[in-house]
Amino acid sequence: MNSSAPPSTLPGIPPATSPGATPLITARDLHLAFGLTEALRGVDLTIRSGEILAIMGPSGSGKSTLLHILAGVLVPDRGSVVYNGQRISTMNEAERARLRLAEFGFVFQFGQLLPDLSALDNVSIPLLLGGMSRREALARSEELLGSFGLSSCKDKRPPQLSGGQAQRVALARALVAGPRVLFADEPTGSLDSLSSEQVMEMLAATVRGFGVTLVVVTHDARTAAYADREVIVRDGQIRSGFEL
Amino acid sequence: MILLGLLETGSAYGYDLKHRYDRLFGLRKRLAFGQIYATLARLMRDNCIEELAAEAGHGPERRRYHITDTGLRRVESWLFTPDIPHENLQSNLFAKTVIALLIDDDAERLLDGQRHAHLERMRQLTSEKRGADFATAALCDHALFHLEADLRWIDLISARLRDLRESIER
Ligand SMILES: Nc1ncnc2c1ncn2[C@@H]1O[C@H](COP(=O)(O)OP(=O)(O)OP(=O)(O)O)[C@@H](O)[C@H]1O
Ligand SMILES: [Mg+2]
Repeated sequence: MNSSAPPSTLPGIPPATSPGATPLITARDLHLAFGLTEALRGVDLTIRSGEILAIMGPSGSGKSTLLHILAGVLVPDRGSVVYNGQRISTMNEAERARLRLAEFGFVFQFGQLLPDLSALDNVSIPLLLGGMSRREALARSEELLGSFGLSSCKDKRPPQLSGGQAQRVALARALVAGPRVLFADEPTGSLDSLSSEQVMEMLAATVRGFGVTLVVVTHDARTAAYADREVIVRDGQIRSGFEL
Repeated sequence: MILLGLLETGSAYGYDLKHRYDRLFGLRKRLAFGQIYATLARLMRDNCIEELAAEAGHGPERRRYHITDTGLRRVESWLFTPDIPHENLQSNLFAKTVIALLIDDDAERLLDGQRHAHLERMRQLTSEKRGADFATAALCDHALFHLEADLRWIDLISARLRDLRESIER
């Protein structure tokens, strides 16, 4: 992808590709150590375009580290990540930042919304960063919040939202710029059963509707059940044998 | 199957088998000797075990049994065929895990297989729920929560395989 292409917006854009067998992200032999801790010890993973993949495994096994490498946030010590024909793992920080802004969306477990901005302003950030005019960015963001059932929350600031609402606002922000891949780390981690279900229903329906590829780290089996398949990370490795 | 699995750890007398079974699995119901000998007879008939030369001057309880190649294959396929995910306690899964540890087979792999089978069933239920009426969705949720409880147990036991091995080998 080149950085001059403006990000496409999500609402109204038909899926570019239907879920298929095309590999979108290919990771090979990923290794990463933090000091003496070997967080990843040789991970291979292929993610297909349009699929929903759940990454599961015990605490400390390396799930978040893997997600961050796939998304170009962290760089592996060894091994490669190829996204859509481009080798992310050898890009410099500026190139990776441009790629992330243009192609990826992120949702984390908590602390991701800016507390001093309204829900609406939070959602519009990626569009503003992408160079869209403020008026248009707000209009798009408002439309998306509406389709997530959050119109009544748009002027509230994050501390005034419930956990489930805040998570849905974060989802809207992650999706507003029309990413091709959404990376989510424990998106339902702090929610009760009902709110988790609402978040996952919305997330799954949206990414399937727009052909977005979703990579979701979760220890919650009911969340993982929205995925097409799961991989288990254990001691920094993915044990193969149960892939489709 | 459990008796056959126990025989994979070494040949044994019916009497020893009963006591090992009761110690490892007999929390709720102990095995009667009659059941043991009926099962052993069936395993003999199916060529899964054979009798070692009987020691002279003793009754039937002095017969020593040994697992055959057919028996070994039978145990292997039992271990690595995931149980059908039911929303109740997987006691067969527990038995398979213990036997796999006793015979030094890959307990982690069989738990991974079961985890996958459970998640597959949970995926089905999750998609059945989509667009279903409330009553159907409520039933699906009931099943989902039970399967989730199994999975938590599987996660816990996977994380504690070493402890489990130590406790059963004592
Ligand atoms: N920035 C860091 N500095 C030092 N060690 C780190 C860092 N990030 C992760 N680690 C270590 O790497 C290992 C893997 O961590 P990671 O966060 O990927 O685990 P995880 O599977 O996401 O766990 P959890 O389910 O608890 O979130 C852990 O041992 C962790 O302590
Ligand atoms: Mg993590």
